[in-house]
Amino acid sequence: MDLLALKPPGWGGNLLRGLLNSVYIALGAYVLGLMIGIGGACGKLYGGPVVRDLLETYTTIVRAVPELVLILLLYFAGADLINRLLEAMGYARVDINGLAAGIVVLGFVQGAYSTEVLRGAILAIPQGQIEAARAYGMPPLLMLRRITIPAMLPFAIPGLANLWLIATKDTALLAVVGFNELTQITRQAAGATKAYLTFFLAAGALYLALTLFSNVIIARIERWSRRGMPAIGGGP
Amino acid sequence: MSEPKNAWLQPHRLVLIAIAAALVISAAVFMRWDWLPRYYDLALQGIWRTIWLLVVTCALGMMLAVPLGLAQAAGPWWLAAPAKAFCTVIRGTPLLLQLWLLYFGLGSLFPQYPWIRESDLWPYLRQAWPYAVVALTMSFAAYEGEVMRGAFAGVPRGQLEAARAFGMKRFTIFRRIWLPQAIQRALPTLAGETVLQLKATPLVATITVVDIYAVASRVRQDTFIIYEPLLLLALIYLLITGVIVLLFRRLEARIPARVG
Repeated sequence: MDLLALKPPGWGGNLLRGLLNSVYIALGAYVLGLMIGIGGACGKLYGGPVVRDLLETYTTIVRAVPELVLILLLYFAGADLINRLLEAMGYARVDINGLAAGIVVLGFVQGAYSTEVLRGAILAIPQGQIEAARAYGMPPLLMLRRITIPAMLPFAIPGLANLWLIATKDTALLAVVGFNELTQITRQAAGATKAYLTFFLAAGALYLALTLFSNVIIARIERWSRRGMPAIGGGP
Repeated sequence: MSEPKNAWLQPHRLVLIAIAAALVISAAVFMRWDWLPRYYDLALQGIWRTIWLLVVTCALGMMLAVPLGLAQAAGPWWLAAPAKAFCTVIRGTPLLLQLWLLYFGLGSLFPQYPWIRESDLWPYLRQAWPYAVVALTMSFAAYEGEVMRGAFAGVPRGQLEAARAFGMKRFTIFRRIWLPQAIQRALPTLAGETVLQLKATPLVATITVVDIYAVASRVRQDTFIIYEPLLLLALIYLLITGVIVLLFRRLEARIPARVG
């Protein structure tokens, strides 16, 4: 138990910092993925044939290839590409910030999944609501803000909640490319002290706490987004 | 809206296919593939090990998922609570962490006990793959157990009541009525879960199991060629995913679509 103390001979502080890093990456990747997802869903539903085919290729490939392989590919290729671009423009090479790289790579993966979730949710909106908005002469952006997004939220939130939980767990994969998030720090701590079981159990408890905490928040958001909808199963 | 028969081959698709083909050919011509013959045998072994892991852990996981789902859907609380706790804990923590906990954590604990070292299981416990199988099986069982819980609960009560009215024994009801219908309900998600399981297999490379991902990593370390092995690896996973999706589509086509 002394090993888990917050002050330096113990590793508790490091673990908590690792958890914070994990949460940062998960949040960043999730938001980036949502932005890609909104664009992707709109492109898939309303875009031209070429845009649709390209987006289909993107979502299919990202969902079929293991995240670990994608992370390695994007991590190496992305860093290489940016440095070549900088050299071509006459700047010096830079070291890619690990946090930013992690966010971009996981966000790219999340984007494919949230594209599909949002596309399904938009398709689930009763057609009459959108037609009514059009009949009132709403411009497209106003319709997106006032009709499409609020009406699709109840359909999208279960899927999006799942994606958030996946995002928090996928941050562990960045340990393989040596990024300082919770799993990697746990491994270092365990290697340094030889108390493997203690540290892995502690990290598991931290991840579990994050998941359970998220679940509470998600339940609240879901209730909020369903306000005004009939309760499932004819509840009170 | 009736589409013409060859609607799939529209002009813009032809152009896109041509561009994709050009990319593949230029990759084949301009990139370095001279390492391929040397690692050919190892790669085949890696692919075989990946598929073996996938099939074994999915089969074992499914066998565990049925009791897990049943316990949660219909069991008494002292069975339902541990099953639910198991599913929550496994689904709430990263698989990589579970894998390392088993391999590094338990693996470092076992040698301290002489009776474990002297047991017949010791030759297996010293290797990495049993830990990989256990971790992947538990993960699949937890995710699929949650699906099976919903599937068991979703079978209409009338079906079970009718079976009871016919005087079927409880186990016969389970075997002939409840389980088949629950599996039919779970089948569409099973394909997705299997693909997710395939995507989880490369994690075992981090505990020294030589699957196809580990082979690609070794090529990268030996030859300092970065992109080619990774691209080929992505292609292999794409192909395996395609095969899984096709197999499940065939399986689903053989089962009547309307349930309940």
